[in-house]
Amino acid sequence: MRTSADIPVAVPPANGPRQAHVYPDQPTGTLAVRCRGVVKSFGAGQTRVEVLHQTDFEAHAGEMTFLVGPSGCGKTTLISIIGGILSCEAGDVRVLGQDVRRLRGRRAADFRLKNLGFIFQQFNLLPALTAAENAAVALIAGGENSGRAIRKASDLLARLGLDRHQRKFPSQLSGGQQQRVAIARALLHNPRLVICDEPTASLDAATGHVVMEMLREVALRDGRSVIIVTHDNRIFDFADRIAHMSDGVMTRVAVVERAGASLG
Amino acid sequence: MLAIALKMLIGDRTKYLALVFGVAFATILISQQGGIFIGLLSRAASVIRDAREVDLWVMDPAVETIDTTYPMRDTALARVRGVEGVAWAVPFYKANVQIRTRDGKLSSGLLLGVDDVSLVGIPDEFVLGSPVNLREPDAIAINPFGFSLLFPGQPQQLGGELELNDRRAVIRGIIDASPVFSGNAIIYSRYDQAVGYTNTGRNQLTFVVAKAVTGQSPETVARRIEDRTGLRARSSDEFSADSIGYIIKNTGIPISFGTVVVLGIVIGIAVVALIFNQFILENLRQYAALKAIGVRNFTLIRMTLLQGLFVGAIGYGIGLGLISYFFHVVPNKVPTFRGFYLPWQIAAGVAVVCAVIVTLSVLLGLRRVVFLDPAVVFRV
Repeated sequence: MRTSADIPVAVPPANGPRQAHVYPDQPTGTLAVRCRGVVKSFGAGQTRVEVLHQTDFEAHAGEMTFLVGPSGCGKTTLISIIGGILSCEAGDVRVLGQDVRRLRGRRAADFRLKNLGFIFQQFNLLPALTAAENAAVALIAGGENSGRAIRKASDLLARLGLDRHQRKFPSQLSGGQQQRVAIARALLHNPRLVICDEPTASLDAATGHVVMEMLREVALRDGRSVIIVTHDNRIFDFADRIAHMSDGVMTRVAVVERAGASLG
Repeated sequence: MLAIALKMLIGDRTKYLALVFGVAFATILISQQGGIFIGLLSRAASVIRDAREVDLWVMDPAVETIDTTYPMRDTALARVRGVEGVAWAVPFYKANVQIRTRDGKLSSGLLLGVDDVSLVGIPDEFVLGSPVNLREPDAIAINPFGFSLLFPGQPQQLGGELELNDRRAVIRGIIDASPVFSGNAIIYSRYDQAVGYTNTGRNQLTFVVAKAVTGQSPETVARRIEDRTGLRARSSDEFSADSIGYIIKNTGIPISFGTVVVLGIVIGIAVVALIFNQFILENLRQYAALKAIGVRNFTLIRMTLLQGLFVGAIGYGIGLGLISYFFHVVPNKVPTFRGFYLPWQIAAGVAVVCAVIVTLSVLLGLRRVVFLDPAVVFRV
């Protein structure tokens, strides 16, 4: 049984300045991600559109943090900034203690390769590679011997219930199976932060549920932090925290409490 | 990651085969046209090349190539022999003749008359008979293609009779002469006999062919002959270059072949670049995913270059194999193709052209990969 308790946040006034810090000050020991006052805009001059308005965000180690909100509210932009894929104009973005705003090019790529795992809505598996080879991609890119990487991938795929499908190509797998391969790809190199973008959006409810159970079981091991961007309220039960975004700001953060579970 | 790059490429079988086909097609087109072009040009100097003992060619000052002759006085031979550095000099005759068989088969041909005594200037390779047979009355030697032209369907044999400008000639040799630029049948005979076949007027001597004494370069001796006689003298190499250069400068052949070669390059680039670009476009999300995961641009560039190199090598290999087979088989089966071959320089040049085609195609596609925003992977 789960209950939720809102962390009090300042709701931004309709026409006033955007709100600054929605999270209370606290020690950063368990924080995997800490964003403060993040500003991001696209375009220039008259076509400039500010997407994130001094947005705050936090994700804790050992927790699944859901980032939810309507389309266009800036969720994907925020996780792109957290992932070091996009740069922001202002604010402080610390991921696993690293100021990602200071990372550029090769250093940013290396940081992602070592510390982050990504799961995408469209899976984005390489169609010419088998399931095991796809799962091993990040490990191989990190310099691991491909034979060894594929063996490790096979082990993980077996744990994810794809024992008999390791040599199949993505086109021969169902959506749920493909997403499990994507989960394996995101986790095989043992990242400390996993970023998921709508991981169940392309799946039916039952498959989505299975995928989330696996993700929760496998991803949270070893104190990893998992951020999930989603619209899918059917999977909200899997969250430890739910951060609500609207119009480029964080409006509410809810802590989901489980019976017998303690959150860091 | 390089193995992954190759799997990505080969996994998209249709595009992979189309890319290989594009490179192979360009290789075949450029090599075939290049080989035939070189073969045609070399025909312009084949008579010079076949006269292997000869270092020097002396001719009327107006003559520029082996194909355009103007007779000199017979005294030119003695004047050349008198020049210091000339080891020996003999007459050489060249003219066009009408050839007719007893059956009435008619053809034009090239008549070459070599010194009666030394037979200098005649190719070594006799398919039937031997050079000494030319000493017999009315004896001539004819090339295999000329024989098949005059006696279609008949096996090559000696003893056949011909009329050269209405005068009797007997085939006493089948000679493997190199094909010439402007003729089909090539006939060798003794000089005096050859002059008799044509009888074009007071002056008959078309060339004096000579040898430089050992230790003196043919070019030096040629300049000396020019100084002393007022005739035009060229070393064999110079005369070959002059004859080939004349074709290049004064005919549309280089433009014609050059156009096809350029078309081959353009079609190659167009086909390979378009398909490669399409391949990259279709894999753009996967490239973005790889970038998001943390694969560096440098790695993606290496992957893409390897894909290009692989396609280029396979396509070039297949194209070169097919065109080598063509040049191996066709000239032996089709007489008009005799003498055409694929020089290694053409093969090497086509390899460079293929590298350019693939590099340009890869660079066009690579731009998209390098500047690809990995954030697109989050967009549906």
